[in-house]
Amino acid sequence: MRDDIIGAISTPPGEGGIAIVRISGEGSIKKVKQIFQARVSSKDLLVQKPFMLTLGWLKDEEDEILDEVMVATMKAPRSYTGEEMVEINCHGGVIPARRCLQRVLSTGIRLAEPGEFTRRAFMNGKMDAAQAEAVIDIIRAKTDRGLKLAMKQLEGKNSDYVKELEDFLVEANMLVEANLDFSEDVGDLDYEQLRQLLLKTSAGIEKMLKSGELGDIYKEGISVSICGKPNVGKSSLLNALLRKERAIVTDVPGTTRDLIEEYINIKGIPVKLIDTAGIRETRDLVEQIGISRAQQAVRDSDLVIFLLDIEAGMNDEDRAIYNDIENKERVIVLINKDDLMVKNISEEDTKKNFPELKVIWASTKEDIGIQELEDVIEKMAVTGLMDYDNLGLTVSLRQKESLLAGKKYIQEALDAMGEVTLDCLGVDLQNAMASLGEITGRNLKEESINRIFKEFCIGK
Amino acid sequence: MIYNAGSYEVIVIGAGHAGCEAALASARMGCKTLLCTLSMEHIALMPCNPSIGGPAKAQVVREIDALGGEMAINIDKSNIQMRIINTGKGPAVQALRAQADKLEYYREMLKTLLTQKKLDVLMAEIQDIETSDNKITGVITKTGARYKCRCVVITSGTYLKGRIIIGDVMYDGGPGNQFPAMKLSASLLKNGINLGRFKTGTPPRINRRTVDFSKMIEQPGDERALAFSFISPKQKKPQMSCWLTHSTPETHRIVMDNIERAPLFTGVIKGRGPRYCPSFEDKVVRFAHKDAHQLFVEPEGRHTEEMYVQGLNTSLPEDVQMEVLRSIPGLENVRIMRTGYAIEYDYVPPSQLKLSLETKMIQGLFTAGQINGTSGYEEAAAQGLIAGINAALKIQEKEPFILKRNEAYIGVLIDDLVNKEIDEPYRLLTSRAEYRLLLRQDNADIRLTRRGREIGLVDDTRWELFNRKMDSIENTRAVFQEVSFTPADEEMNVFLTGMGSAPIKDRVSLWELLKRPEIHVADFEKMKWIEPMDAEISEQIEVQSKYEGYIAKQLEQVKKFERMENRKLSPDLDYDEVYGLANEARQRLQDVKPTSMGQASRITGVNPADINVLYIYLEKKRRN
Ligand SMILES: Cc1cc2nc3c(=O)[nH]c(=O)nc-3n(C[C@H](O)[C@H](O)[C@H](O)COP(=O)(O)OP(=O)(O)OC[C@H]3O[C@@H](n4cnc5c(N)ncnc54)[C@H](O)[C@@H]3O)c2cc1C
Ligand SMILES: Nc1nc2c(ncn2[C@@H]2O[C@H](COP(=O)(O)OP(=O)(O)OP(=O)(O)O)[C@@H](O)[C@H]2O)c(=O)[nH]1
Ligand SMILES: [Mg+2]
Repeated sequence: MRDDIIGAISTPPGEGGIAIVRISGEGSIKKVKQIFQARVSSKDLLVQKPFMLTLGWLKDEEDEILDEVMVATMKAPRSYTGEEMVEINCHGGVIPARRCLQRVLSTGIRLAEPGEFTRRAFMNGKMDAAQAEAVIDIIRAKTDRGLKLAMKQLEGKNSDYVKELEDFLVEANMLVEANLDFSEDVGDLDYEQLRQLLLKTSAGIEKMLKSGELGDIYKEGISVSICGKPNVGKSSLLNALLRKERAIVTDVPGTTRDLIEEYINIKGIPVKLIDTAGIRETRDLVEQIGISRAQQAVRDSDLVIFLLDIEAGMNDEDRAIYNDIENKERVIVLINKDDLMVKNISEEDTKKNFPELKVIWASTKEDIGIQELEDVIEKMAVTGLMDYDNLGLTVSLRQKESLLAGKKYIQEALDAMGEVTLDCLGVDLQNAMASLGEITGRNLKEESINRIFKEFCIGK
Repeated sequence: MIYNAGSYEVIVIGAGHAGCEAALASARMGCKTLLCTLSMEHIALMPCNPSIGGPAKAQVVREIDALGGEMAINIDKSNIQMRIINTGKGPAVQALRAQADKLEYYREMLKTLLTQKKLDVLMAEIQDIETSDNKITGVITKTGARYKCRCVVITSGTYLKGRIIIGDVMYDGGPGNQFPAMKLSASLLKNGINLGRFKTGTPPRINRRTVDFSKMIEQPGDERALAFSFISPKQKKPQMSCWLTHSTPETHRIVMDNIERAPLFTGVIKGRGPRYCPSFEDKVVRFAHKDAHQLFVEPEGRHTEEMYVQGLNTSLPEDVQMEVLRSIPGLENVRIMRTGYAIEYDYVPPSQLKLSLETKMIQGLFTAGQINGTSGYEEAAAQGLIAGINAALKIQEKEPFILKRNEAYIGVLIDDLVNKEIDEPYRLLTSRAEYRLLLRQDNADIRLTRRGREIGLVDDTRWELFNRKMDSIENTRAVFQEVSFTPADEEMNVFLTGMGSAPIKDRVSLWELLKRPEIHVADFEKMKWIEPMDAEISEQIEVQSKYEGYIAKQLEQVKKFERMENRKLSPDLDYDEVYGLANEARQRLQDVKPTSMGQASRITGVNPADINVLYIYLEKKRRN
């Protein structure tokens, strides 16, 4: 028996650091190869040594960089599951990890069921019988937790909304099926009515997906790191945002030695703030460790506040720190100490150096610009989603997968309408129903059969 | 006094559509078989509509045929009209439908039964089944005869404790005022088989000579020569028409005025009836906004003046039935020949069955047809065939014959019966099949003839014909793929333009061109680009080319489906032993005892985590 390829995030969601997207099954490497570009272009995942990390980028559908990742491949049977496997180390935090997984799933890889990796490991003799029961407990616990979560999500708004979508689809399918099974009783199919129903469903799914993305942010939050060279006022900024004296502030450069993490709420979004050690050349071992942690924190966070001291100006040290930040679109530049008389950074300077970025002029001392910073953080967190009405829904990854699949099939049906015979249209609709039905666990196929008898007067 | 009357390998109780197929299959597979019926004059009786086929059902009839069953051949011999319906909606739902001559249908089937080797037909009511150690040992008739046997197939239709209801008139009876079978139910119960109660109904029959057809629309048969069976000659019989009329607001007023006399509404009828076949009074109440319902008036045969009023199935009192009929255009002076009625009967909830249709409780006891909670002649015949085959295979000590959901409508039917909770009479619909595009009436022979051959029901003649057809399809397809044209071939582009089709820009094969909806094989024949071919070959070529993309989509789904289907589960598996199953799943699995992982996953109440738990359990067991 050959199993299909499955994928899932294998680090617990929301717990910073690195998240690993695991993929298992014959052909995994080939699949990942399609969406991965190695930094060293000569490197080919297919021939790469097992367990070796290959640095590179995950590409989206438009071939744009999605995330910088490290990829390790494993050949059967020498892997956790005993099957061919790929592990993609991506940036931690819910959003990047999900984005990666989503991309992986878009290649036709299936989202793993609870415990499926472990099950495969067991089936392939990677685990002894004694471990089996422990595995089952894990599966059960995960499922029960998952079920509870799903139940919670299905309460209220969310479920009403999905049900409404499902109802549209059921109605569309009912029209088609009634016409196929009972053409003599129901008369001709109104294609326009069918099209409208499908469009309504599709638009609803779209809205839900967008709202879901927003919902994720409001539920799972984002991480924001503060970086810059020593003494620019990073810890002062943390304190200002927290509105309490949390971090030690002195005029001695190199005051902060380790990461300081604090949670605040910015306009309803849970934000994990990370104050870091000022980055500079140093021989002090403790400081060195602090600096490398700072660099890691910058890499992993969803947003980065890059601080400059207006009096000190911008020198090569600042430039080096700035250049090291990857994915510049997540950077907010904050020019601190704007209360001081001596100003060595001008608006021209910032326009020249950070043409595309948001620059905030601030003083942590005088509480200038902090409000603006909060606004900017909120806006960036929900970038691109502002135009959509917020339905206030949360959408789990599994639900999202179902929604996307459903949308795809509905689109196929819309495209094919009029071009193909009704029985073929039925194939797309049945697929769409199977996908959406996964969300609420409704058997939409059965329901649409039931609806036929309710809506139409059928019968010999 | 009970006396020993003989012994058989297989005994079939009931000679309806299920019973006839079961008995023929068993005898043809070499088992000494006895077929019992309550009435020798009512074999293969159609107690309701005089037609066979239609969406989903036509596919089943062709499947029965490919497996060596009788229904297709029998209706080909005895039809009075044939039509293809759903043309233009795609090959998956296109369906042949025949109007039957009921008497002819009976005679032809009787002839076939009586000339079948190894088959005896007996008129007797079976009142008891005998078992020992949960194994079938024999049956006993009303008159005290004991027949010993190793397998029994019960196909008792609507006769078990049959109760007829017409208004406030009620009596025990089978369809068409025959005797009911009042005793067998108790014997089943005693052997641990649970029973439920369903209801169905039929319209009044009217006298043709009292109908004014000038007020109705004629529905003639098809011009083409058509046949259900792969081996029937495609000859055209003289066609008899059906007639379309409708009910009127006056009809509905009559129904409403008498609604307190309708047993459906007074609570007299308790059995659950089918929603796809509601009674007329039900339609009037539920669809009060409609002021007309379609009604088809259909002949019941060439040798009778009786006509069936499709759409008017009812258990209203007889006087109301008469009033209702006479309010319908064309029926103002009509006379009833048989009164419409409802019938309640015992059935065996089919979750008690294995996929082979053997009961889980009693070894060697099979049930098939309406007794399993289905309705429809075709559904009954299909189950009868499978039960007959499996009874014979059991005698031969061979593995049961099971069709999967991706192989046949018959597979969908039986899988649904066993795994779903059936709470109304079950009827096949094309929408119940997830791989509809693969399960077409045009390819039933291609799908199943080989399987029929393997079990020994496809004879040499059919097998040879079949192989010839397959070769011919293969060769023709090769030609279509090889013959190609370039834009330089002016003849082609002139032809395409003439057909309102875009001219070609690159080299294109006939196979690719055929994918265009407006282009057909016949056009190529006319252009002399290919040799003329049989209609059934060109049909295959056309469907396979035009629907290649969608068929591929469905085959992809099937691959996934089969992976789990091929992972077998032992019927002895004790689910109480499986650590980690959710309680509901454990209960349902214990009840159904699925034979494959796929089947397990379709059972209501079993979720993916339970399936994973099962996988692990099995692996652990394998290692020990
Ligand atoms: C009033 C009525 C209306 C219907 N309406 C519809 C409809 O609208 N649409 C539809 O699709 N289907 C309808 N049906 C159902 C359809 O007729 C049946 O599904 C089909 O005929 C069942 O076939 P069968 O072989 O299971 O049983 P049947 O054809 O009923 O045959 C049963 C056989 O068993 C024999 N038998 C029973 N008990 C014993 C015994 N104890 N000993 C010996 N022999 C026994 C009988 O003599 C008979 O030969 C209707 C049926 C009835 C009666
Ligand atoms: N005038 C003025 N001084 C500020 C402002 N923000 C911070 N300072 C001062 O700058 C000095 C350094 O502040 P910190 O917040 O400790 O700086 P840091 O970036 O955390 O320094 P390290 O932890 O050493 O990297 C302190 O003396 C602060 O009081 C400001 O907005 N205006
Ligand atoms: Mg500090």
